[in-house]
Amino acid sequence: MTGGEPLLEVDGLVTRYPVPRGIVRTLARAPREHVHAVEGVSFTVGPGEMLALVGESGCGKTTTAQTVMRMVTEDAGSIRFRGREISTLSHRGLRPLRREMQIIYQDPYESLDPRFRVRDTVMEPLRIHSIGSSADREQKVLDALVRAGLTPPDLYIDRFAHELSGGQRQRVAIAAALVLEPKLLVADEPVSMLDVSVRAGILALLDGLRRSGLGILMITHDLSTAAHFADRIAVMYLGRIVEEGPAKDVVRNPQHPYTKALISVVPKRDPRDTMKPQILKGETPNPVHVPSGCRFHPRCPVAVESCTSVDPELRRVKAATSPEHRAACILV
Amino acid sequence: MTDRRLLQVEELHVWFELGHGRELHAVQGISFDLAEGERLGLVGESGCGKTTTILALMGLLPGSASVSGRVLLNGEDILAEGEATVAPHRWHDVAMVFQGAMNAFNPVKTVGAQIAEPMELHGISSGRSAMARVRELLEMVGISGSRAGRYPHEFSGGMRQRAAIAMALACDPKVLLADEPTTALDVMVQAQILELLVALTNDLGLAMILVTHDLPVVAQVCGRAAVMYAGEIAETGPTQTLYHDPRHPYTRMLFAATPDLYGDDAVLSIPGVPPRLDREFEGCPFAPRCDSAFSRCAGEHPRLREIDPGHVAACHLNDVAVGAPAR
Amino acid sequence: MSASIQAPPVPDPLGAPAAVAPTRRGFMRELLFGSRQTVVGLAVIAFFVVIAVLAPDIVPHSVTQQTGPVYGAPNGHHLLGTDDGGIDMLSEVIYGARVSMLVGFAASVVCMVLGGLVGVLSGYFGGKTDIVLMRITDYFLVIPDVPLMIIAAAIFGRSLLNIIIIIGVIYWTSTARLLRAQVKSLRERVYVQRARSLGAGHSRLIGSHIMPQIAPLIVANTVLTIATAIFAETYISFLGLGDPSAISWGKLIQNSLTGGAVFHSAWWAIIPPGACVTVVILACTMVGQALEDSLNPRLRVGHLSVRRFRMRPFSARIESR
Repeated sequence: MTGGEPLLEVDGLVTRYPVPRGIVRTLARAPREHVHAVEGVSFTVGPGEMLALVGESGCGKTTTAQTVMRMVTEDAGSIRFRGREISTLSHRGLRPLRREMQIIYQDPYESLDPRFRVRDTVMEPLRIHSIGSSADREQKVLDALVRAGLTPPDLYIDRFAHELSGGQRQRVAIAAALVLEPKLLVADEPVSMLDVSVRAGILALLDGLRRSGLGILMITHDLSTAAHFADRIAVMYLGRIVEEGPAKDVVRNPQHPYTKALISVVPKRDPRDTMKPQILKGETPNPVHVPSGCRFHPRCPVAVESCTSVDPELRRVKAATSPEHRAACILV
Repeated sequence: MTDRRLLQVEELHVWFELGHGRELHAVQGISFDLAEGERLGLVGESGCGKTTTILALMGLLPGSASVSGRVLLNGEDILAEGEATVAPHRWHDVAMVFQGAMNAFNPVKTVGAQIAEPMELHGISSGRSAMARVRELLEMVGISGSRAGRYPHEFSGGMRQRAAIAMALACDPKVLLADEPTTALDVMVQAQILELLVALTNDLGLAMILVTHDLPVVAQVCGRAAVMYAGEIAETGPTQTLYHDPRHPYTRMLFAATPDLYGDDAVLSIPGVPPRLDREFEGCPFAPRCDSAFSRCAGEHPRLREIDPGHVAACHLNDVAVGAPAR
Repeated sequence: MSASIQAPPVPDPLGAPAAVAPTRRGFMRELLFGSRQTVVGLAVIAFFVVIAVLAPDIVPHSVTQQTGPVYGAPNGHHLLGTDDGGIDMLSEVIYGARVSMLVGFAASVVCMVLGGLVGVLSGYFGGKTDIVLMRITDYFLVIPDVPLMIIAAAIFGRSLLNIIIIIGVIYWTSTARLLRAQVKSLRERVYVQRARSLGAGHSRLIGSHIMPQIAPLIVANTVLTIATAIFAETYISFLGLGDPSAISWGKLIQNSLTGGAVFHSAWWAIIPPGACVTVVILACTMVGQALEDSLNPRLRVGHLSVRRFRMRPFSARIESR
């Protein structure tokens, strides 16, 4: 499925946010603390490939997406887009590249300017990048709406966002992303705010775009969706990728104890399909104070002594059926 | 079944005034019942009337609402005289965990004090005995009683949701109404909360109505479910039957639109949008989106028909010969 | 126990032709003429603006020459009597509207420009810009306004322009704070972020996404500031720091007091200008607050009320099924 050179290569990405100290601690010169949102994440997305970054809230998946989009500045690591390092580019140098990588946000009720008609929303990227004459632009907008499944486009083009349903709004957001003909699409929880009956339509649309050659980085908390639509899945926990591999392998043959637990608690559609959920105690710890060694060891059901000191790297899984299946656990 | 029926809802309607003489018919005559200790799922998409339904059971509707129908609790019609007959049962017999309740705690009061507040307001207990009860309730939902003196920000999202459940249990209700109790939570925390709700209903003999848009959650937690569409019940039955032998195309299509972790079948969306509820419609409300609609669906409103004991569906396809069921 | 809840959403209107298509113009019309409060307020303001504009043509008597006795009581010839110089009070009040309205409007424009600029830049850029601009704002906020006016009038002289600038410089701070908070939250809105990720520059983000959202708020705030500015002009003039050559309502009140109107029981020399000030301020406040109320979504949250829903007779509609 991966064709040739990857579109996006992320290597050793680190993003931290400083924790506000307050006046007393600033005067006391308390050490500045950081939220370790992303701590050494590496992955690639090829053309025509969909990679799903899966994890619970606070695992750093959204920060990863924002760093890739250069909305947040990283602290270390490299981001290469079509072979070119973009983490060092200035705001101005980045502008032409912004045309080629687009982001879709989670909440279609928030991501469209309420004062804009559909036409203005979809045309805005063209205006920003001064592309085409006004007649060209109108045509491009119509084409993008059709591509996003809003047919006939005339029915939608003069509407305001509040006149559309959630699914239609998300399609408008996708049309606005497609109008610049990007190579890479970052989709941050594209369906989690939508009704079940329209989710599949949006996901099928993204799937169709992937088939037409777009690289898609999908951020999601929903393993079922990822299993269905992504080519590869990367499971994140506390700023790290703990397991990565072809979607089917990760879901059917999970190796990392966190992945195993996560998969066991996903409710199944079939009431008879009652797998004993392996419920972990507590919740993801605060990413300000990351546990030593393997960051999962305090909640890990199979942790051994050395897990408290050894920070495992992603490496090939012995029991794997695919060479690309990797996990970060000393026991696999 | 009949002797154990705790709650019976008959022909419940809810209208909202929209101003300018317009009305929104949010709940359009739904009927279902709930046995003691039973977990019933109320499933549907946003705007289908599921939350309005349980707010009506609690007698908690805004002033723009008007209600008709009967809600029998142990045979007594608690909606007969409106507020006058609901008030004695609210929290005492029927309690509710509101949607987003975990984010509705007052940040400057301790969690314990906030759980004790309804008990004091209802004159059940106060002072020292109320705090003892609070600790007991917290232990019941899996939080150490010593944390009663903590503030909401010291609790994680999952713990606040547990505390919200504890608050609903304060007056020993018989029926717990849970509105999307796990929607904003992570899968792992969701699993913890669902495990807690199942344990509570098993241990306390509590009946529960779980309102959610998430079919797999209902499939795993509830024995029976009612699928709502456009203010009506499309189908009610045991969850196993709904999954394996749905008799309403909406139920079938909703399952097909839900991706399953291991399922290989294509995930299919349902085209179109639900009808507007501020105008009357003829025929089956689902007909415009249905893949099996035929001529009769446009003109004639289907009634709920019993397929098997305990399994009802409102679809004309069930009237057709047995050889061609609605799937 | 109650919980806030919004009315259930009306399902998607695209299924059928939209019943009401709210446009921006419709929204403004609803905003301005939707409530009796704003209509009355706007009418009063419009009335005084017309009077101020037409003053030279509608005054019954000259305001520079004595046309009656000193402190002459109101009569058919002098509807509001005369002042200590025997000048017609009605004509003076009409002329006073000119200065008061001019100062009110001009000073609030100064406020808006200053406050808007500082507020938008501070809220939009954040960081060091925000810190510096907000510290400056804080300094202006804590300066006591009356002493500042006295000093400024003493140093720069007592002209109308100076009064306008002084009032503007004193009252822009609250506008700046208000707009800063709004812009700060707007900046984080997803659709602004989206435009930013597309590569939109600052001018586009501010111009096409942020300004249109805060424009109604600026309008509401301007109207409220007009009231404050008119009041400020009145008491500046009353303190004798106003432009000596201009007739304003504050100056009329001051003249009457220093001229011994109270001694002569000449209520007509004090009450009419005072009443005008009160009425205009009231009108501005009514309009400004009504606008603010309808623009602030937090004031429109519906609440679940326990006791108010109505019961309809059982099976009212079942027959029709």
